[in-house]
Amino acid sequence: MSLLADYEALVGSSTIAELRALAGRLAGKQVLMISSTRAGGGVAEILNRMAPLFQELGLDVRWDVMEGGLSFFKVTKKFHNALHGQRAAIRQEMFELFLQVGRANMHKMALDREIIFVHDPQPITLVEARGRHPASRWIWRCHIDLSRPKQRVWEFLRPFILKFDAAVYSHPAFVQQMPMRQVLVAPSIDPLSDKNRELPMEEIRAVLARLEIPQDLPIVTQVSRFDRLKDPIGVIEAYRKVRRTVKCRLVLAGGPATDDPEGEAVLSEVREAAGNDPLIRLLMLPPNSDVEINALQRASAVVVQKSLREGFGLTVSEALWKARPVVASAVGGIPLQVKHRYSGLLVHSVEGAAFAIKQLLNNPSYAKHLGENGKEHVRGHFLLTRHLADYLLTFISLDYTTDTIVLN
Amino acid sequence: MEPEQASRMTAVEPAQAIKPFRFSTSLVLQEATGLRAARLSVLAQILRTVPDSCIYHHTHYFLLSHHYLTPEPSNDFAYWIGEVLGEEALGERLASLDIIEYTDLGTLRQRLVDVIEDYLKRTPAARFKFASEGEEFFFVKSVHVVMPTAYTAATLEEFADALERVSVRSLYFHVFDAPLRLGRRTNDFSLWLEQLGYPELAREIAALDPYSYTLEMLRSSMLSLVRQTLSR
Repeated sequence: MSLLADYEALVGSSTIAELRALAGRLAGKQVLMISSTRAGGGVAEILNRMAPLFQELGLDVRWDVMEGGLSFFKVTKKFHNALHGQRAAIRQEMFELFLQVGRANMHKMALDREIIFVHDPQPITLVEARGRHPASRWIWRCHIDLSRPKQRVWEFLRPFILKFDAAVYSHPAFVQQMPMRQVLVAPSIDPLSDKNRELPMEEIRAVLARLEIPQDLPIVTQVSRFDRLKDPIGVIEAYRKVRRTVKCRLVLAGGPATDDPEGEAVLSEVREAAGNDPLIRLLMLPPNSDVEINALQRASAVVVQKSLREGFGLTVSEALWKARPVVASAVGGIPLQVKHRYSGLLVHSVEGAAFAIKQLLNNPSYAKHLGENGKEHVRGHFLLTRHLADYLLTFISLDYTTDTIVLN
Repeated sequence: MEPEQASRMTAVEPAQAIKPFRFSTSLVLQEATGLRAARLSVLAQILRTVPDSCIYHHTHYFLLSHHYLTPEPSNDFAYWIGEVLGEEALGERLASLDIIEYTDLGTLRQRLVDVIEDYLKRTPAARFKFASEGEEFFFVKSVHVVMPTAYTAATLEEFADALERVSVRSLYFHVFDAPLRLGRRTNDFSLWLEQLGYPELAREIAALDPYSYTLEMLRSSMLSLVRQTLSR
């Protein structure tokens, strides 16, 4: 059974043919993916979906997970926060533990494949072992926002990064000047997953009924966890400005930010801001609510993503893939997903968001046009098949230094 | 197999091509440079030194990435200057550059720098416009991986059939990449059609301004010219 054939109807036969032709150049290529976890988190989710597609394309892809105890992952969490620019108390022994766990894994892993593809900082020190198999090419895939890293952690990691043949980032803002090839590969959504697949109208209605959201008025929705950086209070303020002249409902849907000590405080602030407005619905969704999120996005007249900061903000692509008109902040990867006034509206403030939501609610044909353009943009740039093609191109580019690579 | 630089053709009667036209496709890998600009003077300064593939990326990649949009957004420089810095007059000037008139990327680069610097001289206040963090102009370059496709044509009929089926990336390669990146004197289709004995059709296709069409509209316009020739 072909998995790729299922994507053909969505991205077109020429795209799949090109993907197969590209993979043909890498037939049998041995690739080792290394990450720090097999379940949970975006990296594991994407690798779980990609691995069988790589196999179908004829690459010999294996995926190993490094071992590290609780104390190691506490350290890497602190590093992660520091790389995101947050304050984190970093002590010298944390660096030592990081190196020690890396060395222990180095001894256990074969690291003898043609391409070693290391995801994120946790396994980064494995590159020290590259001399063992000099023919292997090493790629570092950075999934995190490195635009404002705390220098102490960044300077510690930098010498390791420099040992790779190529580095891959999600956004140009995360890239520092370095001598190796630095490739841009945006993350992607899977159009066949429960969160994004087509849903019949009856299923959408049933989900909304179950969530107790009447469909009598246009629905404005933001899907994201209750976190200050997602600005849920700002969304409520924008909605109130809209409500002065346009009738609509507001739905804020998301899970609690469990790893965020401020999560509870934010939620109670949001509850307070929502007050007893019967047209505002706060939904605390448990994990694995993918079909619910899908239905909610599809039932929305406008989808908002009014974040103050974003890593990439793939919820925008999720909404655009459903041809929904989007109002989103111009932060992180959002401007890559939305071209202002072509495929959605980019905003910088509560007032701007309110104005944009009103424009879309009052001009359904304009809103429809933006949503349709957005869907086409996602079709070309933010689906899993494009992500696969970019990785294949990255593998091919390892053997060249030129800007034009001609494969005869 | 790409068409050779066409020799002077005198034949006007359709003939069997010596070399069939092989459609290629080009897949683009985006490479970051780590360079960024938050204001116009820095943009102009960096523009002078970045590789040609960077100039090409920011003046052409949008055509491929937004090929479904009518009207198409403008090139990356014009879009950023107009939408992010809010210097709409300069954005408009850069959006209206007739890129088809530039046969090499060095001249295009110089023109972009000149237009920005001329504007800065006449509009000194524009020097003080800053993009906020995260909205800077990030310089990216294109790495093109060119591969043959399964489509070939030995006659005009076969050419029409294949042109209808190839991906927009293939169309983009033969129309934009071939003249500007690979230094051919015009698009690949016109070069081959000349050899095939259709100089007028070759001229008509070369005369289309590909920058003012979406790729699908360009495909339809070319197809209708080819079909008119076939029906004569």
